[in-house]
Amino acid sequence: MSILVYTESEGQKFKKAAFEVASYAKEVAAMLGTTVTAVSINGGDSSELGAYGVDKVLEIKNDKLSTFNAKAYADAIKQAAVQEGAKVVVVSSTADSKFLAPLLAVHLNAGYASNVVGLPESTSPFKVKRTAFTNKAFNVTEIPTDVKVIGLSNNAFGLKENAGSAASEAFEPSLSDDDFGVQVTAVDKATDKVSIADAEIVVSGGRGLKGPENWGMIEELADVLGAATACSKPVSDMGWRPHSEHVGQTGKPVASNLYIAVGVSGAIQHLAGINASKVKVVINNDPEAPFFKAADYGIVGDAFEVVPKLIEKLKEFKSNNA
Amino acid sequence: MKILVCISHVPDTTSKINFTDGDTKFDTNGVQFVINPNDEFGLTRAMWFKEKQGASVDVANVGGPETEPTLRKALAIGADNAIRVNTEATDGFYVARQLAKVIQDGGYDLVIAGRESIDYNGGMVPGMISALTGANFVNTCIGLEVEGDTATVIREIDGGKETSTAKLPLIVGGQKGLVEESDLRIPNMRGIMMARKKPLTVVEPIEANQETKAVQFQKPTPKGEVTLVDPDNVDQLVALLHNEAKVI
Repeated sequence: MSILVYTESEGQKFKKAAFEVASYAKEVAAMLGTTVTAVSINGGDSSELGAYGVDKVLEIKNDKLSTFNAKAYADAIKQAAVQEGAKVVVVSSTADSKFLAPLLAVHLNAGYASNVVGLPESTSPFKVKRTAFTNKAFNVTEIPTDVKVIGLSNNAFGLKENAGSAASEAFEPSLSDDDFGVQVTAVDKATDKVSIADAEIVVSGGRGLKGPENWGMIEELADVLGAATACSKPVSDMGWRPHSEHVGQTGKPVASNLYIAVGVSGAIQHLAGINASKVKVVINNDPEAPFFKAADYGIVGDAFEVVPKLIEKLKEFKSNNA
Repeated sequence: MKILVCISHVPDTTSKINFTDGDTKFDTNGVQFVINPNDEFGLTRAMWFKEKQGASVDVANVGGPETEPTLRKALAIGADNAIRVNTEATDGFYVARQLAKVIQDGGYDLVIAGRESIDYNGGMVPGMISALTGANFVNTCIGLEVEGDTATVIREIDGGKETSTAKLPLIVGGQKGLVEESDLRIPNMRGIMMARKKPLTVVEPIEANQETKAVQFQKPTPKGEVTLVDPDNVDQLVALLHNEAKVI
């Protein structure tokens, strides 16, 4: 038995989430006294995974899998898990991994815990802590099944380097036509922007910005920080920003290291969606805005004055620390 | 086209979250329950298929008798029939097995379930029912059209969207975008009256394992006071983020 980890990639480069799940799997493997096997589908340079503790990489190179397909990917990962006799399978919380994880759990007859935020609290019985009630609580979940699937929350564990090297091995899963019932016809993705799921820093704007024409400074602030841009629900409902930027209970969850909210009042549904972020900053001219109760740092002031100043100071900071 | 919308009975989004019995159970005291928002977007989209394409729409829930008002609300919004699987919804895998049975018995062409419930946030039921029934599956769905036996589905991906096609039967993990917030319907008096007469069938659960167990709940530790920075001294914020929070 080993720990199997699905290391996701894009354009033949591993995602940061792949290194995070590898780092996590390494420590779970240490707790269980075993090794880490990664499964990589048309992935990047496998030696990069060794640096995060992976002992062996099963490399799948298959043109049929060049576009993500949840059913086929889950089938391939399942076959890898069976070959390795894996008792714990770790995936990330990207949109694709969350898509395939439930299928994988059924194929392996495994209990599945999503949104896991830390190492197992115990391994016998196997217990993990996860977020529930949209970040308003944690829930310790016991997984009694022989095989367990863990979905690690993004940015929950961080990257831990390990001086090691990974042996790579070709792996050829047998896939059936049935795996390809869903056919992707178009992908529309801004490749030059950081996505909310991958971002370490997220800059978010709310109704206080008064209109979509004022988003330039939000984008500039995000640019300086290498951050993703997001927005509150009213902003996406009014069509100022695309739905894909809406964060909160019914939008995207955010678990960044730094979340900066500009002109967002902090409705309970918004706070629930971003609560997993480690450090929260709010800029709002209303000192009574509920966000100030949830934030670590705050500035009571006019966003149109504060944000340009902040951009300028951050640029100075970046050039001094470059 | 026969549509099933899976309905999760969840605490209203503004509910206070507390636990009882040594933090092992959710405290329902004073909590108002609603249709899970992610399911409600799917239900509203299903109403569109009913009105424009003559689809029939059933709703199903796994839960005790206390969840029936939530199913009645779905009927008042316009669903034709409701099914309640009479058992406690203990974990996602268990719920998925119960719903897979309902789907197999009902012969549905399209099943819409919310991408996740806002209480346990497992995010696994739609995917699991697809794996259990063998139907095609698209998660985080923000657009759905059906023409004959083929669906065109738009999925939200990290940083964009993806369009795909799939033959029915299809399972969809729905969310906002399937319809907009402004499309959601508040049941009117006529709908509420009619809902009382619509069939709500109670079925007994099949025997199935519970594969995960929520053994304990914890509330996040209350956080300290916010550190306020003077708007004329933005430098200080940059310094705090660098030196104290160490995030830049």
